[in-house]
Order: sequence, then structure tokens, then C-alpha cells
Amino acid sequence: MDFIQPDWIWGLVGGLMIGTAAAIFLLFNGRIMGASGIVGGLVDRSGLGNWAERGAFLAGLVVVPALMLPLYATEVSTNITSNLGIVIAGGLLVGIGTRLANGCTSGHGVCGISRFSLRGIVATVFYLLAGGLVMVLFRHVLGVI
Amino acid sequence: MQRVMFSALAGGLFGAGLLVSGMTDTTKVQGWLDVFGAWDPTLAFVLGGAILPMLVAWQIAARRAGPALGGSFPNKPDARLGHNLVLGSVLFGAGWGLVGLCPGPAIASLSWGGTGGIVFLISMVAGMLAAPPIRTRVDRLAAA
Repeated sequence: MDFIQPDWIWGLVGGLMIGTAAAIFLLFNGRIMGASGIVGGLVDRSGLGNWAERGAFLAGLVVVPALMLPLYATEVSTNITSNLGIVIAGGLLVGIGTRLANGCTSGHGVCGISRFSLRGIVATVFYLLAGGLVMVLFRHVLGVI
Repeated sequence: MQRVMFSALAGGLFGAGLLVSGMTDTTKVQGWLDVFGAWDPTLAFVLGGAILPMLVAWQIAARRAGPALGGSFPNKPDARLGHNLVLGSVLFGAGWGLVGLCPGPAIASLSWGGTGGIVFLISMVAGMLAAPPIRTRVDRLAAA
């Protein structure tokens, strides 16, 4: 069993928690748990009709992991690049892309694939391919990330 | 009030899951996308684990009249794909690869992500504000 990495187990456990959160949001609130849609509706004001639900979701999303940080023996870090140009470009692309596509990893990936939605599956294939190509180009060819 | 409480519960469990799974660590996400480098398969376990409860949830939803707190379940997804879906997913994937953050983990890591995390979030919001006219233009070009 040596080949099984602890990170994979934590990934599976965390994944089950993410999926359970999405299941609660669907079965109780009747909504798709898509991070970009929940934020995007507040940003472009199209979702102000249920701002309280959106706000409460985002508050939970920020506060609960913040409260969990002391459980970790070593410092938790996002290890984000210090190159702010890359950070800004990435943020802009993620913001524009998720709104054009109407979803991100949580909406299309978790909620879409699990209901066998063609749109969710196609979106996931394209964002994985694009992410993989960016790694090849920007890490292995240009060496900037 | 119940709707707000269950929203906070879902958001909190989502955030906890993102932290536990390692998806708030950009090196793990980039490690997954870096198929030709030191490939890290963790993200497949996360996505697989997240899909399992939702497979069950969609089956339950199909057998019930509506959500527990009232209202109705989301409509069946549109079968049409469209240029915006493909272009948007490509742009999103490119940004995701560049930095290693997608919207969920970017928000969840707000309290410890530092300046870089905040700059990413501000840029993401700016991108979201810029999206509607781009969407309209893509629709117009596709129709022409």
C-alpha cells in the first residue's frame, strides 16, 4: 500500500466534503453550488434578488477554513506566485472565462458532470486542456511559472 | 432565515473541503495540470470524491417534488453548447493554469492568501465585470 500517498486520501476526504456541501445546497436550497456563479451574480448585480443566501455562502466559505488553520502543525500557504503580472492576468482570465462559460470547477465540474450534463463535461474537458497547455507553454517552454 | 443558514453551512463545508483536499495550494493544482512535469494526481481524487455525493443528490432530486426549503430544483441543463461555453472554458483554464487558483479556493483562502490572493480576487472580479460585453460580442460574431 506504500504507493498510496496521504495527499490522495486527504484529496478524497476533502472531495467528499465538497460534494456533500453541493448536495446540501441542491437538496435544501434548490441551487447549483457554483463558486463563480454565486460571486458573479453579486458582482454583475444579476443575483441581487437572493443576495443574503449568496452572502451567507461566501461568509461560510471564508470563515470556516480560517477557523481550521490552527489545526495544522505547519503554516498553511497557497504558495501563489510572487509575480503579480501573472496573478493579475490569471485573475482576469478566470473572471472573464467563468462568466462566459457560466461556471467553473465547482459548477461545471462537480455539479455538471454528476448529472451527466453535456455542457459540464465539455466545459471541464476544455478548461483541463487549456490548463495543461498553459503549463507546457509557460512552465516548460517559457519557464515563467 | 433557514435558507441563509443552509447556505452558510454549504459554503462552510465547501471551504473546509477545499482546505482539507489541498486545493487551496496552487502547487497541487498546477502539479495536476503539469502532465509533463512532476505530475500530481490529487485533483482527480478530489473531483471524484466530490462527484460521488452529487450523483446520489441528483437521484434524490429526481424523485422529489422540490427542495426541502421550498422553491424548485434547477432546470435541466441547456443541451446547446455554444461558443461562449467553449471560449469561456478555455480562458478560465488558461488563468487556472497560470496561477493555480479557481474561484472557490481563491475565496476560501482569503484569510491566509496574502497580497497575491487579494490581487487575484480583485482581478477576478474585474474580469467578471468585463465579461457581459464580451459575451454579447461573441454571440454576435457567432450569429454572423
